[in-house]
Amino acid sequence: MSRNYCAVVGIGQTRHASKRADVSLAGLVREAATRALEDAHMDWRDIDAIVIGKAPDMFEGVMMPELYLADALGAGGKPIMRVHTAGSVGGSTALVAASLVQAGIHERVLTLAFEKQSESDTMWALSPRIPFQPAVVAGAGGYFAPHIRAYMQRSGAPDHIGMMVVVKDRLNALRNPYAHLHQPDISMEQVAQSPMLWDPVRYAETCPASDGACAMVLASARYAGAGTYPPAWIVASAMRSEPTMFSGRDQVNPRAGRECAAEVYRQAGIRSPRTEIDCAEIYVPFSWFEPMWMENLGFADLNEGWRLTADGVTAFDGALPVNMSGGVLSTNPIGASGMLRFAEAAMQVRGQAGAHQLQAVRTALGHAYGGGSQFFAMWIVSSQQR
Amino acid sequence: MRDVAVVSFAKAELIGGDNTRNEVEILMPVVHEAIERAGIDKREIGFTCSGSCDYLQGQPFAFVTALDAIGAWPPIEESHVEMDAAWALYEAWVRLQHGDIDSALVYGFGKPSLGSLPDVFVAQLDPYYLQPLWPDAHSLAALQARALAESGVAPDARSATAVSTVPTALQSEGVAPITDGAAAVVLAAGDVAQRLSPRPAWIAGVDHRSEPHHPGMRDLTRSASAELAAERAGAFAGAPIEVAELHAQYAHEEAILRSALRLGAGVRVNPSGGALAANPVMATGLIRIGEAAQRVIDGEATRALAHAASGPCLQQNLVCVLEARA
Amino acid sequence: MVGRFLAGLRDRRVFGARARDGRVIVPPLDADPRTGETLDVLVEVGQFGIVTSWTWVPEPRPNHPLQRPFAFALILLDGADTAILHVLDAPDASSVRTGMRVRIRWRAEREGSIRDIECFEPNPEPARGQYGVQPVDVDSIAPLSQIVTPVRLDYTVNPGRATARFLNAIAQRRIIGQRCPACRKVYVPPRGSCPTCAVASDEEVEVAATGTVTSFCIVRVPYPGQTIRPPYCSASILLDGADIPFLHLVSDIPVDDVRMGLRVEAAWAPDAELGPTVESIRWFRPSGEPDVPFEQIKEHLV
Repeated sequence: MSRNYCAVVGIGQTRHASKRADVSLAGLVREAATRALEDAHMDWRDIDAIVIGKAPDMFEGVMMPELYLADALGAGGKPIMRVHTAGSVGGSTALVAASLVQAGIHERVLTLAFEKQSESDTMWALSPRIPFQPAVVAGAGGYFAPHIRAYMQRSGAPDHIGMMVVVKDRLNALRNPYAHLHQPDISMEQVAQSPMLWDPVRYAETCPASDGACAMVLASARYAGAGTYPPAWIVASAMRSEPTMFSGRDQVNPRAGRECAAEVYRQAGIRSPRTEIDCAEIYVPFSWFEPMWMENLGFADLNEGWRLTADGVTAFDGALPVNMSGGVLSTNPIGASGMLRFAEAAMQVRGQAGAHQLQAVRTALGHAYGGGSQFFAMWIVSSQQR
Repeated sequence: MRDVAVVSFAKAELIGGDNTRNEVEILMPVVHEAIERAGIDKREIGFTCSGSCDYLQGQPFAFVTALDAIGAWPPIEESHVEMDAAWALYEAWVRLQHGDIDSALVYGFGKPSLGSLPDVFVAQLDPYYLQPLWPDAHSLAALQARALAESGVAPDARSATAVSTVPTALQSEGVAPITDGAAAVVLAAGDVAQRLSPRPAWIAGVDHRSEPHHPGMRDLTRSASAELAAERAGAFAGAPIEVAELHAQYAHEEAILRSALRLGAGVRVNPSGGALAANPVMATGLIRIGEAAQRVIDGEATRALAHAASGPCLQQNLVCVLEARA
Repeated sequence: MVGRFLAGLRDRRVFGARARDGRVIVPPLDADPRTGETLDVLVEVGQFGIVTSWTWVPEPRPNHPLQRPFAFALILLDGADTAILHVLDAPDASSVRTGMRVRIRWRAEREGSIRDIECFEPNPEPARGQYGVQPVDVDSIAPLSQIVTPVRLDYTVNPGRATARFLNAIAQRRIIGQRCPACRKVYVPPRGSCPTCAVASDEEVEVAATGTVTSFCIVRVPYPGQTIRPPYCSASILLDGADIPFLHLVSDIPVDDVRMGLRVEAAWAPDAELGPTVESIRWFRPSGEPDVPFEQIKEHLV
């Protein structure tokens, strides 16, 4: 037995914003889902199964929202599931959906990830005051800032690398009409003057909180020709997890991330990721994660990731562009962010990325991570079926 | 489809709740027991999937803490659904179809004693039309019980009044007790299953389906999605079902499910006591699969059916058919 | 659809959505539950209807909409093909039956919420004419864009055995961890198990109240629920004897002087304020010892 072929044949996303007051939760997900169906030239009745994913339900105050959203997603008489793997969920949701097609159980699966963070309070939902636990951490930034400090110390990277990532990603976002943040005036000076939030992370170096959704239609080989654009074949997919805290844990370059990357490269037959992958959409919620992940993903040696940023390798016109869409730094509906990375990678391969389309993309990496840098989901998509 | 079987099952059901132990302390011995009973080396397990729900515990990322019970080191391939762990088993079964790994660990846990379960379940409902009215789980169940009783299909008006007058904290004849707990199952494919168990409980079919969310938009007297899932899982074809484990949290739900799943008088229903005996929410459905599988593993049955439910008034249903093979 | 339905309630009108097959769905959804197709035809339905199922609530819960006995009911409004769930205000259970006619009692002050219908009440009047047929001009109804629903859920949290032992010890100014029987690492705070070995740990080890800052951040952002005023330093502190850093505050030092390798000691709360809480250590403060070189702490940075 081996995996059946699976391809991305339709992609849709919402206009992401800090508050989408014009749509209900159902309206938000339908906006993305209907676009994905249109892109796939399919109808609701063509879908065999639905897999949705999102981050903690306290972001919207609706527990197990697949129940309430079943009607909005045409789930009557169909299977619907909801994946939750913290921040990597958008990616793992896509993998669970692909798994159904790869297993030969369903042929056309709608997968969707969303977050409507404006419904509740993001920081509270991430770190509510739980008895018996000290109240020292201030949300995700407070958790990750010490890791960034550790990376800066270990690698000896110059201070301005983080700022370069911000400017690059936010300028890329100007080419993406769906992105939340459009900052035409972004510059190194502007970022440098932005207030420190969780030293060493500045306000401008952090991701926004967005309302948004992303959807894809995944199909078997039989239905792969259906869409507006050519299919993006899923040639590799993997998830890896490790515990949150343990003695000697490296949270800056987690082993689960390295092994997940090694597994997708192995499946895709890639020996030199730096040269064989044309572009990558990776989960960078705080600027310094770009150099850190470039090392974790094997694109650069240990302590050298920052050079890829510094040398312009990851720029839009660089040798290995990263986050052409603007990335998580420009758009962050937490539950959807992982799926946006996977979808944007597929868009590049299909040639549908419009103003942020690169030339001649054959192979692209989608990456998502979550929790305390402990959950990783990745896929590689290609214009070739392999 | 690749042959996948349940090779072991373990559970902890703490009726009335346990306010001395946290999730990891309850879950870890259960996972160990399932792995030991399977006779598999922890490092051989190819995939791990769990089911749980943050809102039960009132804190985000409860499932992340639970990972400590597993020992995810070196890193493992692992996933999670924010649903009853029966759906985690489904995800694992699908994953095993790919053929590159041969075993999976599935677990689920919940501590509903930390909050007020009938109130927590309100958070599952449509936030615009239903939540503001606070239709607690008991009230919704009673609506369904009355609809059933008045339809004449399963005349049992007694269960309708029993549910509607149940005091909030006490168990009644027709309502599941508050239970903290956990469960774990080891799945294995083909030769590996046969190596691990002399009599694996083979999953002959498994499927799940959903219905409309609003109680007023569907027929509450029957479970169309349970029937459809059972049909797709192959429950109505082949040898008759001998034992059935049903995820009914109220007595009238059992009546509806018996009908939808076409379980005749000859079928042993809920020999474990079912959810009405113990209901560790988010593990209850997985336990139904485990109990049904155990009947097969122990030689008490050759064909069994397990059912799991999610959502108000049986909105979503999963059916798993298990069988022994020569 | 949802926004328009709620806006309609504010004006004492009840809308439904008519699906392609003619069914009138109340309350209206964005999509037909049967097909998934978008619903975009708005119709008006009656304010009277019949009860299709109900349940008596003799002892209302704190969050229930009425605090006297009432019924939840499914009500098929005139012109609708699906029943809406709402509250029925009746004197007692014996005055309620399936099939009875009821009418809306509007709340005096309405804001565009399902609760603008205060409840339904028994009313035997028959249907007055036809509903649910003529489409309403969707553009003439400005949709509501927000509702606020307060939700309160109370939880009783228990710390578990290991945390309870840790907290009881800290109330006595002792910091205890546990050693894993397999890998021998000492975890502070103790968790009852080792996260990598997944075995129970119960060998207790007391660790010092001194340690080294391995990494840190300066929190400068205010946020809801914060108990300490920024700027403050949140640090990973490797206590002497522990094999994993412990998160706490570092204070009694200008935030900009905090550095990796700084030696610190616990600043305990006074006797009267000690208790089974990590706040028995108010913060860690510099101990005055020389800094620990980066090489020695780099395995335990975070």
